[in-house]
This record gives sequence, structure tokens and C-alpha cells, in this order.
Amino acid sequence: MDKRKIEENIFKGLMIASTVMILSSLALIIGTVIMKGLPAMSMSMITQTPKGGYYLGKEGGVLNAIVGSLYVAGGGTLLSLLISLPMVLFLNVYVKRTSLLAVFTRFSLDVLWGVPSIVYGAFGFSIMLYLGLRASVLGGIIALSLLMLPIMSRAMDEVIRMVPQELFDASYALGATKLETAVKVIVRQTLPGILTAVLIAFGRGIGDAASVIFTTGFTDHIPTSLFQPAATLPLAIFFQLGTPFPEVQERAYASALILTVIILAVSVASRILTKRFTRNIVK
Amino acid sequence: MQRKRFLKDIIAGRLMLVLTVFSGLIVFLMALGLYFRSQPILAVKPLSDLLFSSGWHPLRGEFGFLPFITGTLWVTGVAVAIAIPFSLLTAIYLSEYAPRGLREWLKPLIDLLAGIPSVVYGVWGVLVIVPLIKDYIAPFYGTFSTGYSVLAGGIVLAIMVFPIIIHVSLEIFNAVPYEMREASWALGATQWQTIKHVVLRKALPGVIAASVLGLSRAFGETMAVLMVAGNVAKNPTSVLDPAYPLPALIANNYGEMLSIPLYDSALLLAALILLLVVLFFNIISRIILVRIEGSV
Repeated sequence: MDKRKIEENIFKGLMIASTVMILSSLALIIGTVIMKGLPAMSMSMITQTPKGGYYLGKEGGVLNAIVGSLYVAGGGTLLSLLISLPMVLFLNVYVKRTSLLAVFTRFSLDVLWGVPSIVYGAFGFSIMLYLGLRASVLGGIIALSLLMLPIMSRAMDEVIRMVPQELFDASYALGATKLETAVKVIVRQTLPGILTAVLIAFGRGIGDAASVIFTTGFTDHIPTSLFQPAATLPLAIFFQLGTPFPEVQERAYASALILTVIILAVSVASRILTKRFTRNIVK
Repeated sequence: MQRKRFLKDIIAGRLMLVLTVFSGLIVFLMALGLYFRSQPILAVKPLSDLLFSSGWHPLRGEFGFLPFITGTLWVTGVAVAIAIPFSLLTAIYLSEYAPRGLREWLKPLIDLLAGIPSVVYGVWGVLVIVPLIKDYIAPFYGTFSTGYSVLAGGIVLAIMVFPIIIHVSLEIFNAVPYEMREASWALGATQWQTIKHVVLRKALPGVIAASVLGLSRAFGETMAVLMVAGNVAKNPTSVLDPAYPLPALIANNYGEMLSIPLYDSALLLAALILLLVVLFFNIISRIILVRIEGSV
């Protein structure tokens, strides 16, 4: 066998090995979470809030964190959607792709995408101090909506820019204004893609801990207003794992399983939507 | 009727413009906000003192970031050193060798890796990587380690960075025209020679951009590192030493600092440093990527 064949085979072997290694790390992570989490799972984990002495190993569950996470991530997603959707429609319908504003905004969002979530947390917290807000559901919603903004809007942008120009032309030819084209044609045409973007952002937000650690705080109660602090699942995992009691650490594993299941469900849902979307698109 | 429609269109357009400009400016607002909030400490101490001294005693008014900066550099360095070779090899395999069906199967799985929350990575690191280092790797080298170390942080971060580098690299390889590969094969080059001399050479700037994006993600990642890196404020001297990276410092202390003068200012300065470094990396790699997109 000549030398170049040997080199080729060596590298091919290395490539397959690293692909297998990366995939097995995924399997290992999900496997570990399931193996450790399942034995510690119980109905009370998802139906009860922490009772007295919960963090010493007494009765209770993490319902407060599940509900808190859904509130904060749900609110953040909604707020982020209210900013992203008009912005993306504006970028695609009202201005040209090559206009300075469009280029600048897209670039700025790409850069924003890379900002670490702890910086969103610190920034969000200083806004809250400035406004006189304490750690609360509202604070978490603000921080998470900023974190989700680049994720959601870039994902939507990818979908909306695939809409063929003819569709715009057809709508304008019928006398529709830009707003009517955007809302009645473009949004309708790309709805599954928009929902996918919303789900991706939701999944990212519900799993993020660093941005909610100061903005949302932590409590054993289910919040009843926007101005109360709330527990979130990632932080519940973090705090339970940090206690010296094995029973409580086990619950951290169960909570990690709950969070992972939520994330996987969201991810599968968005994948199904993407499939639908590519099937229906007008080409 | 007609006028109402046009009026609606104009008003909506204005509103959308405002939202768009606002979103485009968020990055600057964040940098400005953090800059103003870190003014109090910058007014008292020169930046070089803060960056290059090691004493961290908030109660005595000493804020030396050096151990945290070196901690961040160590952890990020280890993560990148592991992540780049593995993810590039995987990306090349998926793009050049793997059959189409397999590639379409594996891509979502790798994206799934990106969706796992960092706190779950942290739990996994505590359960698997930390004991592995404590019981096997450290004794193998004849030293002791609690397992909570630079290496643990680096490994966990590397896995978190894989999907980013792979995803961006795949797009880059995809953008290399197929004809270029055909030309190379026609000259009698093997698949690997084609990859080495044609694909990689053409894709090099993009691959660098992908790696830099991964690096900046590792640089700012907080929760997972906080859980496995040990958080001891000393300059690490080996990968088995604990480290205390900047993001972990902010996460651990923010909220407690309101009663100590200058403490919050110091932590927001840490956040500002983090933001500026990440912005620098991101802007460079995005410029490279935009150029590539424009040239293809």
C-alpha cells in the first residue's frame, strides 16, 4: 500500500474515532442523568413544593422550581417574541437586505448571540437596581428576554429570508401594503418556522441559570405576582447538589432529569415543526 | 378606508423601526451600562492594578483579578485544546466522508448537545469527570487532586463547545465549491489529499472563525465551570489544580456584595471585562464569516 493511502486511513480512523467519541459523550451525559435521576424520581418531586427541612432531606418536591421556570421562561419568550417578530419582519419586508440598518442589526444580533449569560444576569440586575426592582419574576423575564432575543430573531430571520421574492411581488401586485404583506402573507407562510424559533429560544431560556441567579432569586413558594421572587429549575439543581446531604443530592439528579426531559421534549417538538415547515414551503 | 390602511402601515413601520434600532443597540447599551457601573472602582484604582494584582480581599478593599483571569485562561485553554481537534475531525468526517443519510442523522444529535443546559453539564461533570480525575488521572501522575480542577472544567467546557465548532465548520466546508474537489480528484489526489490541500486551505479562515466562536463561548460559560472547577482563588500551576474563573466569581458573589463598598463595582467590572473580551472575539469571527458568505 502506498504512503498516501496509509495517511488517508490513519486520518479517517481518527475522524471516525472523534465522531464516535462526541456522540458517546452525548449518550453518556443523557445516560448518566437518566440512571441517576430515575431512582430518585417520585410523584412528590413534581407535585409538591419544598416542606420545612426539605434541604436537610425532609419531605417535598420541586414544583416551585418547575412552575417558576415555566413562568420566567414563558414570560421571557413572550416578551422576546414581541420584540423579535416585528424586528425580523421589518428587516425582511421594510428594508433592503443590503441596507446599512439591516447589515448592522444582523451583525449586532450575531455578536449579541455570543454574550455570556452571566453578563445578561449582571446587566439585568443593574437595570433592576436602577429601577428599584428586587429579585422577581419580572426581573428574570427581562434578563431572559434579552438572552433569547438574538437566538429567536436569528432563527426567524433564517426562515423568513427563504420566502421567495415572488410571494412578496404577488402580494404587492394585489395592492397590499407592506404591513399587510408582512402579517397576512409572510407570517402565515412561515408560521411553523416562527414557532420553531420560539421553541428553540424557550428551550435555551428554561435551561439557563447564570442569567436568573440574581434577577429571579430563589424561594420555596410558587410566585403569585410578577414582583415576587421565584425558584427556577437550574438553580434548584445547583442548590440541591451543593448541600452535604446525599438524599438532597439525589433530588438534584431527579431535578436534572426533569429539566432534561423538558428540554428534549421542546427540542423534538421544534424538529417536528421544522419538518412540517420544509414540506409546506412555497418554492 | 384606503387612508387608514396606509396610516396603519406607516405607524407599524415606525414602531418596527424603533424595535429594530433598540435591538441593534442592546450590545452597546450593555457595554455602556456596565462601564458606568464599574466607574466607582476605576476612579479609585488604576486598571493595571486591578488586572495584575492577586490579592482578593473585598473587606479590605483589595480587588486583584489576576487569579481569576489566569483561572479563566487555563480552563478556556484546556477546553479549546481538547475541543478544536475533535470537532474539526468530526466536522471533516461528516462533511467529506459520511454518507448523506448518516450525516442527516448525526447533525440533530450534535445539535442536541448544544441544547443541554449548562447546569446539567455541571451535574454530569460532578458525577463523572470529577471522580474520574480524582480516582484515576491524578493518582496515575502520582499527585493528589480533589478532582475539582482546571482539567474537569476544561473537559466539560470542551463538550459544550463541540456543537458550536462543528456546526459552523460544516457550513464552511459546505461553502467550498464541489468543483474544486472534483478538480483535485481529477489530478489524481486522494480524498485526504484533497481535504488537506484544497478543502482545508480554502476553509481555513472559516475554521479559525468557528474555533474563535467556540473559544469565546468557553470563555464566558458560567454554571458548569462554577460547579466543577473548584473555585479556589489562586493562580493554577497545573491542570490538576483548582481554578476560579471570572464568570464563577461573578455568579458566586453577586447579591452578597451590596453591603461592601466598591464590591459591586468590582464585580460589574469583571462582567465588563468578560463582555469586552467576548465581543472582541465575536466581532473578529463574525467579520470573517460575513466575508466568506459574501464571497461564495
